[in-house]
Amino acid sequence: MAQLEIQDLTLNFGGITALSGVAFNVQQGDIHALIGPNGAGKTSLFNVISGIYRPSQGQAVFEGNILNKTSPHRIAAMGVARTFQNIELFQHMSVIDNLLLGRHLHMGTGILSGAMFYGKALREEVRNRLRVEEIIDFLEIEKVRKKPVGSLPYGVQKRVEIGRALANDPRILLLDEPVAGMNVEETEDIARFVLDVKEELGITILMVEHDMGVVMDIADRVTVLDFGILIADGTPSQVQANPKVIEAYLGEGDEEQWNVN
Amino acid sequence: MAIRSKIFCETYHEDIKLLNTYWSKAWMGLFIIGLFILPFLGDTYMVYMVNLCCIATVAAVGLNLLTGFTGQISLGHAAFLAIGAYTGTILSEGLNMPFWVTVPAGGLVAAAAGILVGIPCLRLKGLYLAMATMSFGVMVEYVLITLKGVTGGERGMYMPEVDVFGMVLNTDESIYYFLLVITAIMIVAAKNIVRTRVGRAFVAVRDRDIAAEVMGVNLTLYKVMAFALSSFYAGVAGVMYAYVMGHIHPEHFTMLHSVEYLAMIIVGGLGSILGSIFGAIFIVVIPEFIKILAQTIEEAIPAMAGKYDDEWNIAAFGLLIMLFLIFEPGGLNSIWQRLKIGFKNWPFTY
Repeated sequence: MAQLEIQDLTLNFGGITALSGVAFNVQQGDIHALIGPNGAGKTSLFNVISGIYRPSQGQAVFEGNILNKTSPHRIAAMGVARTFQNIELFQHMSVIDNLLLGRHLHMGTGILSGAMFYGKALREEVRNRLRVEEIIDFLEIEKVRKKPVGSLPYGVQKRVEIGRALANDPRILLLDEPVAGMNVEETEDIARFVLDVKEELGITILMVEHDMGVVMDIADRVTVLDFGILIADGTPSQVQANPKVIEAYLGEGDEEQWNVN
Repeated sequence: MAIRSKIFCETYHEDIKLLNTYWSKAWMGLFIIGLFILPFLGDTYMVYMVNLCCIATVAAVGLNLLTGFTGQISLGHAAFLAIGAYTGTILSEGLNMPFWVTVPAGGLVAAAAGILVGIPCLRLKGLYLAMATMSFGVMVEYVLITLKGVTGGERGMYMPEVDVFGMVLNTDESIYYFLLVITAIMIVAAKNIVRTRVGRAFVAVRDRDIAAEVMGVNLTLYKVMAFALSSFYAGVAGVMYAYVMGHIHPEHFTMLHSVEYLAMIIVGGLGSILGSIFGAIFIVVIPEFIKILAQTIEEAIPAMAGKYDDEWNIAAFGLLIMLFLIFEPGGLNSIWQRLKIGFKNWPFTY
């Protein structure tokens, strides 16, 4: 059985259909890429999986649990973590605090025990800090750990956001355009981190990405959406050869125009 | 011993301590000693002013937890003070309860009211939330005036003097220590809350509510919790107020007072416990300064004599807040932080 099953998912906004009858599976331990032209519904699909949108039809099933019947924080507790296309970090908190917030579900301090900051609450802070420091080491952001996130450069913020998602100890990680707007070096770094997450931490990754180089290099499986419809699903080489995909990306017709080069 | 040029921590426990250098501990110690000997140095009026500062501090810390940390604006904070003050007075006067019942009870009843207000306000943001909390404040004021049997209506209520284990605190100097201890406990508690799980969740809700929820923060729960916590602080401040004043009246808890608390946290610094303290002291003390300044001007320039009245004070006060918003949006706290960095790096400029 697949770890994440997208079953016949349809999402409407008023008259607009963002997703229509999308169905595919994400296997445990894969890096699964979700690609498609702008407005294809990739981020909408992510929002359905993480519970921000309710689909009009169909469902997303993660390890046997139906996701879209419940609220986002419960979905997070099931082991689903994500990053956002436009960085959604807590700008005024330090890197450590952002990652500690990612540990929210693994902590239990309430108002009273927090107010005393003694015994259990203190031990919990220190224990979770250890885990956060491991992630900081893993992502090589030691130097900025105490800086407020808002003051960090874009590339580092993207990395911190992956860290915050990892801090939740998820079993599946949804990455929304992890290398968008990055230079070659930063892109290679992130690609390496994504591979490490898969290999060292054994976390399944579902990734929306426009950088075809990255997708074809690291993805085990690729799903292609176009105008909310699934048009291809397979290994990178299968998808690359699929005429529908080529059409969606390059547009139809005028072969001659493309043959010029 | 080697000279420590920076703070080196060997454990994470050391790293997250509030006072982690010898200097900060020494300054804090000096500050506490200073507070304890204050009544011997100043006159009764000054001690009375400090008492008012303590009350304002607790109230402002509470409002900052809600507005500064969680991002939920409230224009009804004074109403929660009123609920605390009346609860404390009724328990103390009618049922002869000691302070260790009235103070927490005032807080808890206000917190319960906070939950009642918080739940319908969950879906409201920004101006709409301000309107909703403001109407709650007006409602409470109305209830206090109308419910004559319980609250004494327009005549208000009289609070007996606080009895600390047989010791009746009937002067400003004696009640000062009582207030100081409560204020210290409330500040330390707030400081601890904001640096642990709940506080981080509050800030997360303020900065990015959707991301917070996706990371596992229950938005509903934490917004209501912020309302409850903030109202608890207000309730405790209300009981403190009743003990200091000895008489409470609906007019002590109007919307204007709510705006004043909001001014405290804005001037002090939103999202900072230290800022709430600065702001509370500033707002309580500044009118006195303006008065003294006006008197000096009147004496110096005869043409100005008799021109000063309380209206001028309020106007000057408003101007100060405006200037703060324009020139120092981070509030007194950010001035303090800059000074601290300056001292830390001294004699270098960076």
